[in-house]
Amino acid sequence: MKLTHIFPLILITLFSVGCSTDNDDNIINELDNLIKVKDLSNDTHTIEVYTKTGTFHTGYNAVSVRILDNATNKYIENASIDWLPVMQMPTMQHSCPKSDVSKSSNKATLYEGYIIYQMTNTDGSGWSLTFNYTINNELYSVTDSITVLQTELQNVSSFMGSDDKRYVIAFIEPTTPIIGINDLIIGVYNMESMMSFPAVENYSLALDPRMPGMGNHSSPNNTDLTYNSTDSMYHADLSLTMTGYWILNLKLIDSEDTVLKGETVTETNTQSSLYLELEF
Amino acid sequence: MKKFIILLLCFIYMFTYSQENNTIIKKDTTQLNEVILIGTRNLSNYRQEKTLSSVDDYLEKSNKITMIKRGNYAWEPTLNNMTSERLNITIDGMQIFGACTDKMDPITSYVDVSNLKLVTVNSGQEGTENGHNIGGAIDLQLPESKFNNSGLRSSFDLGYETNGNYKTAGLEFEYSNEKFYLNTDGIYRKSGNYDAGNNTKVQFSQFEKYNISAQGGYKLSNNTSIDANIIYDKATDIGYPALPMDVSLAEALITSLTYNYQSNLSYIKSWETKLYFNTVTHIMDDSKRPDVPIRMDMPGWSDTYGFYSKLKLVENKHQLHFNLNGFYNRSLAEMTMYPNDTNQPSMFMYTWPDIRTLYSGFYIKDHYTLNDSESINTSVRLGFHNNTIAKDEGVESLKIFYPNTVDSKNRFLTSVASNYHLHKNDYQLSFGLGYGERAPSVSEGYGFFLYNSFDNFDYIGNPNLKNEKSIEANIKANYHFGDFTVGLESSYFHIKDYIIGEIDPSSTSMTIGANGVKLYTTLDYASIFDIYLNTGFQFNNQFSINTSIGYNHGKESNDEHLPLIKPLSYLAELTYATQHFNAALQLEGNGNQSNYSSFYGETETATYGVLNLNLGNMFYLKSNKLVLKYGIENILDAYYSTYADWNNIPRQGRNFYINTSFVFN
Repeated sequence: MKLTHIFPLILITLFSVGCSTDNDDNIINELDNLIKVKDLSNDTHTIEVYTKTGTFHTGYNAVSVRILDNATNKYIENASIDWLPVMQMPTMQHSCPKSDVSKSSNKATLYEGYIIYQMTNTDGSGWSLTFNYTINNELYSVTDSITVLQTELQNVSSFMGSDDKRYVIAFIEPTTPIIGINDLIIGVYNMESMMSFPAVENYSLALDPRMPGMGNHSSPNNTDLTYNSTDSMYHADLSLTMTGYWILNLKLIDSEDTVLKGETVTETNTQSSLYLELEF
Repeated sequence: MKKFIILLLCFIYMFTYSQENNTIIKKDTTQLNEVILIGTRNLSNYRQEKTLSSVDDYLEKSNKITMIKRGNYAWEPTLNNMTSERLNITIDGMQIFGACTDKMDPITSYVDVSNLKLVTVNSGQEGTENGHNIGGAIDLQLPESKFNNSGLRSSFDLGYETNGNYKTAGLEFEYSNEKFYLNTDGIYRKSGNYDAGNNTKVQFSQFEKYNISAQGGYKLSNNTSIDANIIYDKATDIGYPALPMDVSLAEALITSLTYNYQSNLSYIKSWETKLYFNTVTHIMDDSKRPDVPIRMDMPGWSDTYGFYSKLKLVENKHQLHFNLNGFYNRSLAEMTMYPNDTNQPSMFMYTWPDIRTLYSGFYIKDHYTLNDSESINTSVRLGFHNNTIAKDEGVESLKIFYPNTVDSKNRFLTSVASNYHLHKNDYQLSFGLGYGERAPSVSEGYGFFLYNSFDNFDYIGNPNLKNEKSIEANIKANYHFGDFTVGLESSYFHIKDYIIGEIDPSSTSMTIGANGVKLYTTLDYASIFDIYLNTGFQFNNQFSINTSIGYNHGKESNDEHLPLIKPLSYLAELTYATQHFNAALQLEGNGNQSNYSSFYGETETATYGVLNLNLGNMFYLKSNKLVLKYGIENILDAYYSTYADWNNIPRQGRNFYINTSFVFN
């Protein structure tokens, strides 16, 4: 009855005041658990970008967007959206792994997808986000800079494999781990070019979770990650025997069983060079 | 001033001198059902070695009981070479469960001799009156109601032992009239680190505890009365030299309310109904250890609610006992570990994920007298046992090992036993057969990463364990040839689905430095055998000698030796006793533990023998009494440990002790 109840009320009030559109009911329903990150505007439209936290951070970001017609103050329900995040480096620029943008199921105005920022500048600067969208066969575009915060834990890793290809792996699930068996989901992407990061298919990831804070012990009955063609991601069972700080030691293995990155954890080698971190 | 003292006595102490039965069962006796009378408070019986012995010391006097020692406090009783999971240990029929996942608080540690009247020990299925077991039952009995119109009585005790600078003080007060009585007592114990033989200091072997209790009763009518009993026991700063952690708090509150009916006229002899509640808090602590790989907190809690209703009927040659009882227990223990890297968050897990145990059962025993010398005892206990995991985290964490774990498990338990007794003037004989079942303990069923320093493995419970079942046979015989007595007793247990930990090669230990993980599983069977030969000779009215020699054997179905099986043991005692003075010279020892269980992580314990001398005097000062007990334990200052010493920690070296008791009438 405290903040959890009051907070949505405040949000609702804010949004209703801020938008004052005639489809208030939709707004209330569709923005459950979402906080606005930024508005990207051009002459005709305002693109509202939402995440659960209201920020972008390095690693996996589930992103929801909707397009407000600045003239009619109504949300567009039949757009086709493409997006491109770009990081400006001193000498070049590059993008990052991302999904297509699709209409959220059971939502009228929301579109969703994910973006995996593999890096950021210490002050969160450097990235811009471009939307190229089509409404009724008419193409529009909007670009603006965005802030991407550095996640404290390593939830994404970008590296060169032994096949001389660059890869990005990212921790996706569990977002709220439990003591017990968790459904672990990791995304694996190949950096084909500066701007293209397709999902890697049919590789596998060997998994060895460890607790460095307590003798680097492991946990039993974990499974290795295997490719799931439905969501183009890698799935496994992750056993967590207690709360705390865990390192998920990984080895990326291609379809020919060649280890592209990572080492087995032993007494002398306490950590793989390919790993992700988790804390709960 | 006098009033003040009396008032003080009232507040703190109580006590019962009025025990009529003065029998003490010594280690060398050969009684059939061992009843160890806690005689400390029975000061007229000054033959007791120490008037201020702990419950643990008393239990150790029994032939069948051995105390496993992890330090100088809270020893774990074993009976027939079986530890607490296979025993039914109760306080006056009340179920109470320790709150420590590492068995650092056997329930015998939550009472003191001042609380108790006697301890009954029943071997195997003869001990199912209060619950199911495999190895037997130990019931620590509270004093019965005493409406004996004795007015006010008081006494106090003081004790000192040189080894460990061990100090004891006790105070007791008793008031009774025809309608009402109130007994209160308190005892305080404090010991520093003790010295093993050759002046070897055993670090972290200190303890401090106090215990207060009150029992009162009111007579409702000639046949009925109501009694209330409350015991509060608190121990702090307890060292466990055999373990990597100590205990900063072990606290218990034990309460009960009893309704009694007694009659000598009708065939209902007595009917006793009790409601009880007890709560135990146990906090492990490693803050005093200078060097640990990781700091951790391990608190545990255990609450039990229960009742029983016992009815005794006598009809011709039948003496019938009925007991309907039930309890509900909640056991919760958790572990928080603090990484040396302070940037990392603390690590947390439930080691007992809030396990609820519900039991209800029914017991019938018939003592049937065939003729003047022969009788048959037959008993049956049937019970329903349910475990529920109350915390989702518990279900989820056990699913790591057992994917089909569900949060609830029902069991039906059966125990049957029958004994034949033959009692003649110059010999007694008895033999018995029994079948019993038990449910796994909370640790065996639901424990999560419980570190066992004995074999250096982390243990995981298994909620799908089968009931453990035992078939047993026992025989006892005593013969008297004039002043010479010889007795033989032996028992054999064939235990099917024997519960024990088995190495899980696919898992790595959680505890830093442990060898691996063991999952509780059931072996096809295990068998445990023991035999004791006891002899006694009475030279004259003052001098007597008693000896006992015992052999125990335990093996499991894969032909490995079982751990914690007593090796060849012997005891010889020469006693001299007159009305006001007694002396005893005792030699006690074990043979080499050649059948140790290396497979289950046990190491061999060498042979040992120790010599003790106990002396006692009694003085009368008008109507008051002074009892003096003194002596030397381990006279030769032998450095030794027994098979029951956890990780072979050495036992006490030479110790001079003196106990004094003042009784005011």
